[in-house]
Order: sequence, then C-alpha cells, then structure tokens
Amino acid sequence: MNDQTISFATIIQEDFEQILSAWLRNQAIEGVKRTDLVSPRETEAQSRELLAALSRALKTAGIGDDFNFSNPAWDPVREALEQITDSRTQRGVSPTEMFWFIASIKQGIFERLKNTVPDNSNHLIDEVWNATRLINQLALYAIDTFVQKREAIIERQQSEMTEVSAPVVKVWDRIVTVPLLGTLDSFRAQTVMENLLEAIVQREAQVAIIDITGVATVDTMVAQHLLKTAAAVRLMGADCVICGISPKIAQTIVHLGVDLPNVTTRADLQSGLAYAYERIGLRVVAMKD
Amino acid sequence: MTLARSSDIVFARETAMKAMAKIGASAVKRTKFVTAVSEIARNAIIYGGGGAISFRIEGVAPTIRVVAECKDGGPGIADMDLALKDGYTTGSGLGLGLSGARRLVDRFNIVSSSKTGTTVTLESYAR
Repeated sequence: MNDQTISFATIIQEDFEQILSAWLRNQAIEGVKRTDLVSPRETEAQSRELLAALSRALKTAGIGDDFNFSNPAWDPVREALEQITDSRTQRGVSPTEMFWFIASIKQGIFERLKNTVPDNSNHLIDEVWNATRLINQLALYAIDTFVQKREAIIERQQSEMTEVSAPVVKVWDRIVTVPLLGTLDSFRAQTVMENLLEAIVQREAQVAIIDITGVATVDTMVAQHLLKTAAAVRLMGADCVICGISPKIAQTIVHLGVDLPNVTTRADLQSGLAYAYERIGLRVVAMKD
Repeated sequence: MTLARSSDIVFARETAMKAMAKIGASAVKRTKFVTAVSEIARNAIIYGGGGAISFRIEGVAPTIRVVAECKDGGPGIADMDLALKDGYTTGSGLGLGLSGARRLVDRFNIVSSSKTGTTVTLESYAR
C-alpha cells in the first residue's frame, strides 16, 4: 500500500476491531470507563456503535480543508454521540470523563498510523492533525450535548417554579391569600397578579392577603410590583393587605424611600388574617367550656 | 461576575449575602446591603446595557467591610444631581434605586462618563 493512501479514515475502516479494542483499553487506562456506572458490555456496544458510525461517515464526509462537522454526512455520528453522552452522563459520568472517553480513541489510531506510515513523513503529521481535529470535535460535541441537556432541565425547572410559586389559596369565605417565595421578578410578579385577580373574581373574595414572608429582598422593583398588585386589587373592589414584613425589610424599605400610601400592611400572616376577618365582619373568639 | 440578564441580579444578591455573612454582619446590615446591590445591578442591566459586579472584603475588625464595585458600559449619567434625586427616573421604575441604594450603605461612590460608562462602589460595615 502506498503511504499516501493510508489515512486515519482507512485505518478505522480496515483495522476496525483493533482500533476498537485499543480504545476500550485506553478508556480503562484513562480511568474514564466507569464500570461502576455503566457495564463493560454496554460501554463496548456504545463504543462500537460510535466507531462504526464514524467509519461509515468517513467514507463520504471530507476531513481535510473541507471539514465541517455540521455537514449532514456527520448526522449519524452526532446522533450516536448524543445518545451515548445522554446515557452516560445521566448515570453520573462527569463532562470531563465524557471528554476523555471520546478523546481516548486517538491513541489507538495514532499508534496504528505510526506503524503503517514511514518515519519523518509529512503525511503522518497531516493525518494526525486530521484525526485530532475530528476527534476533538466529537469530544466537544459530547460536552455541548451535556450542557444543552442541563440547560433544558434548568429551563423546565424555572417554569415549574413559576407555576407552583404563586398558588392562590382560599383561607376563608371571601378571603384569599397568596404566599410569595423567593425572587419576585417582573415575569413572576405578573403571574402573581393575574392569578390573584382571577381568584378574587372566582372566589368572590373581599380581602386579598399577600404574604411576603418568603421574599428575601424587597427592592424598589419588588415594591413597585406589590404596589401595582395592591392597586389592581383595590380597583376590583377588594381590600388588599400585605403581610410578612420583617423588621429588617421594614427598615430597608424606609431607607430606600419607598412610600406605601393606601396600602394596608401587617407584620405577619396572623395579623393579616385578623385584619381580613375584621373587614368581612367576623371575629375569632375562644370557645366557652 | 457578569450582569446581563435579570437572573444575574439574583446571583449578585446571593454573592453579596455570602460576603456579608463572612464578615459577620447583622441581619439588618445584610438585608440593606443586598438590597442596594440589587438596585445597582439592575440599573447596570436596564440603563447600562449590562456590565459586571465584583465583591471584595477590605480592612479588619472593627472596620471590616464588604466592597461591591459595579461597572457598566452604558451611555453614562448626564445629570448626576438629578439622577440621585428621589423619584427621578428616565425609565418606568419608582426613581428610588440610586438614591435609595446610597442611603442603604455606609459609603457610596459613583463615577460616570459618556465614554467609560458608570461605576458605582458600595461599602458596608458589619454593624
């Protein structure tokens, strides 16, 4: 065989089994096989699948100057990578281990190139470079896949949080309350207001209690959202009481210079509830024995 | 840390809270400082088009303090006196962020120019 025709592509195709077993060996040497999380059989199947996809893609896709990993010819390789990354990282394989898992293909290929291409050959260096570029791309793609999955999870959790963080509760006839927790950004404030106004109509509420005990920071934006919500509640003919204002929050609001005119506030939920009972003409009395 | 999205403000607040806890600040001091950071960070995002905020601890007890430096790359503040006036805003807020933040901390400094953007420094002692 002419050394110019020996490329890492032909090596993968012709010495498939050898490259595969060298890769599996290297995974173990690099300590990224994680037999505690993924069975050796599964790892072998995954490796075989990826290497086979790679071997097939190399028949048509360019790896020289025209190399472009987003080319459709690489679709099956990307797909295989996504599946393997997903399966492994879900079981607790770290992104670093995932990177080395892929990158450890190189050694077997380099070894094979070294043994087949004559010494001091520029061709050898070219082929090493081509292989490095492609395999680095694969490893980075695995990391990208991992990050994207994580981001999707975070996004989903964020929307779940928004959903659950503004439950409007009917505490008594004509009294509704919404306990606020965490951060009150513009989006959540809007959700809270909508839910609360909707509940006032549905439950025919006369008093709305907004409990901010769980809100860590009341800055001017949060204050503005609270003022707007209270104003909207009043426009609907109901009373609004904001409770759960701790001493530190009270002092902060005063220093900020935020004025809360026409807004009823109470220190805690109990006082807020007492106010609400009073507004609807109820009184809590001790039972006589 | 970078300030680009509103979720970055949450992270800035958490970092401010941790720094204040580290110097053993009282609950009121912590809340005040964190609120001031929240205002300044939001300003950097809304009016400064994004920026960065850093925190450091300076000095030793009893003058140990947390220093926050918030830089943006915005157009700067044309009239500083007006910007620091209660109730003045070019946006849709209450107009209390900057002036309120100044009242919430022990030391407040603001430098602004149309070329370099705006830098706000906030300092708070432990008590």
